Amino acid sequence: MKHNEPLIWKYLRPRKKMPTIWCSGCGIGIFMQSLIRAIDRIGYSKDDVVLVSGIGCSSRIPVYLDFNALHTTHGRALTFATGMKLAKPRLKVITIMGDGDAVAIGGNHIIHAARRNIEISAFVINNQVYGMTGGQCSPTTPHQMKTTTSPYGNIEPAFDISRLVEAAGAAFVARATVYHTPLLDKIIEAALQKKGFAMVEVIAQCVTYSGRWLGLTSPAEMMKWQRDNSVRVEAAKELTETELAGKIVIGVLTDRERPTYDEEYRRLCAEESKI
Amino acid sequence: MGASYASAGVLISQLSYLEIRKMSTQRVLLQGNEACVRGALAAGCSFYAGYPITPSTEIMENMARELPRWGGTFIQMEDEIAALGAVIGASLAGTKSMTATSGPGFSVMQEQIGFACMAEVPCVIVDVMRGGPSTGLPTQPSQSDVMQARWGTHGDHPIIALAPSSVYECFDLTVEAFNLAERYRTPVMVITDAVVGQMREAVALPSAGLQIEQRRQPTVPPDQFVPYEDSGDGVPTMPAFGNGYRYHVTGLCHDVNGFPTTRSDEVDFLIRRLSSKVSQASDRLQWYDCWHENSETMVIAYGCVARSALRAVREVRERGLDVGLMKLKVLWPFMDASVTRVLQNCHSVLVPEMNLGQISREVERVNQGRCKVVTLNKVDGRVLTPQEIVRKLQEMHS
Repeated sequence: MKHNEPLIWKYLRPRKKMPTIWCSGCGIGIFMQSLIRAIDRIGYSKDDVVLVSGIGCSSRIPVYLDFNALHTTHGRALTFATGMKLAKPRLKVITIMGDGDAVAIGGNHIIHAARRNIEISAFVINNQVYGMTGGQCSPTTPHQMKTTTSPYGNIEPAFDISRLVEAAGAAFVARATVYHTPLLDKIIEAALQKKGFAMVEVIAQCVTYSGRWLGLTSPAEMMKWQRDNSVRVEAAKELTETELAGKIVIGVLTDRERPTYDEEYRRLCAEESKI
Repeated sequence: MGASYASAGVLISQLSYLEIRKMSTQRVLLQGNEACVRGALAAGCSFYAGYPITPSTEIMENMARELPRWGGTFIQMEDEIAALGAVIGASLAGTKSMTATSGPGFSVMQEQIGFACMAEVPCVIVDVMRGGPSTGLPTQPSQSDVMQARWGTHGDHPIIALAPSSVYECFDLTVEAFNLAERYRTPVMVITDAVVGQMREAVALPSAGLQIEQRRQPTVPPDQFVPYEDSGDGVPTMPAFGNGYRYHVTGLCHDVNGFPTTRSDEVDFLIRRLSSKVSQASDRLQWYDCWHENSETMVIAYGCVARSALRAVREVRERGLDVGLMKLKVLWPFMDASVTRVLQNCHSVLVPEMNLGQISREVERVNQGRCKVVTLNKVDGRVLTPQEIVRKLQEMHS
């Protein structure tokens, strides 16, 4: 990854805390690189970017990157991000959450942020498991998968994060895996530039836990699994429900224009201050 | 009262100046909750996030009307956790921010209160107490959140909590709550109740001359900035996000650079600094009113009960009893120094409260068995009346 060296020096913190807390072979680092590349291509000033994260493995990203960084409480990243964005609209507010963070404990916040369509770019790193606490069942753990809290197999159906956020009203919803990095780069760039609430579900491997539960013991095997089970959204349109069962549909799922909370609030202020 | 609005140094943000100019020095009929809003705006608050809950909702409704007119931000969030999260986010962006709630919402907020203590984010939380536990008595007063205010969130942490007992004090102590939050970088609570929050009184609010604290800014360039360094008095400086100081804020134990740590010396330094910055402030926070301080018997009361207590003290003094009143305006950190002094000169003390004894335990702790501490507790959702306090005082002297 020689071509990444300058970016690493530019965006990792000068007083950086290394090594990262992530296990070798974890997918989170791939996402982090992709995020850096997208931010660099757009050319945001580092002073204007705020990373807001919750609790979990992926929520440690802000420690390593040289932006304004806010590592919050479990599930609540979007609430802090909402206040931050409204108080200082010029900031580029980015939230990073895991699956448990975003749709279990933080489920209420993600649907309301999407409904308001507030201008925040939200990245949900979905590794289908609670990694930091040691491999427990999450709302996106596949049905029947064994974890430490579903030792006899998960009896619950999994949440489809993207469909949930789309239904709640987000302007932009996309999904990619860390295997498909060129697509991930493009999607992150589009999400960052979207006016309104933009959510990207990033399928990433947790080698230590979900890999073990799925019987995939190496990072490479898990990424091959991502490759073999993904279907581009354009191709998925031609497939039936049965054919799509168990597949990961990747690409831009929704991209629409809706009034944002930010715009609506500023309009209201302008009208009321005239009185 | 420790602070005074008569101070010459007027440092008022432009936003609040507009509001203050509107304020008349003539007497106006205001509700306690409305006075909290006036106080907040006068102190420079320009961000409110909340969730409706009786009996605090008028604060939110007034903010919803006022803030958009002055370019401030109002948002109704999906729950109280979100409300305080948004407040903390806005505060980190450099905006004076607040929320208001009551018992059940206050319980839900405790997680975020802990974050604000740990990450040292200034914010103001008004808790208009109603009967509890749980949904309790939504429309009736109590004083049962006093200990929740102090210890509701887990871990050793600092808390400042002020307790108004009149509409004017709702204004006054909300202004001070913002000042203290900015000065000490910590959440500050204004603890009122359904009586104080919802009653109306004629008050004359100050039109100018308010002393308003602003957040201290670093004096070093960003590359030399150490975000959680003790700047001499235990309170680090605080640049806003987006102003060139790119630092890391976390609820985890952190080193002086703001990064997570488990190193015992760094953790110990942090936890002790957080608590001591507020306990050291206690010298400045001896805010109370006293009537007949050197009486044989003293009544120690706060909030709506202090009003009944004053009437009761006047009545029993007319009947020849030597009774005085100490009205607390600061609940946390508890005013050990002042309460000790008051207790030293009396033989007995009555602590009437609308709970089963929360401040009375603090009084007993400070008293250390010197004089007789008598409690009078009421938890039926009704106000402790002057007559009930009179009866108790007569019993004590019979």
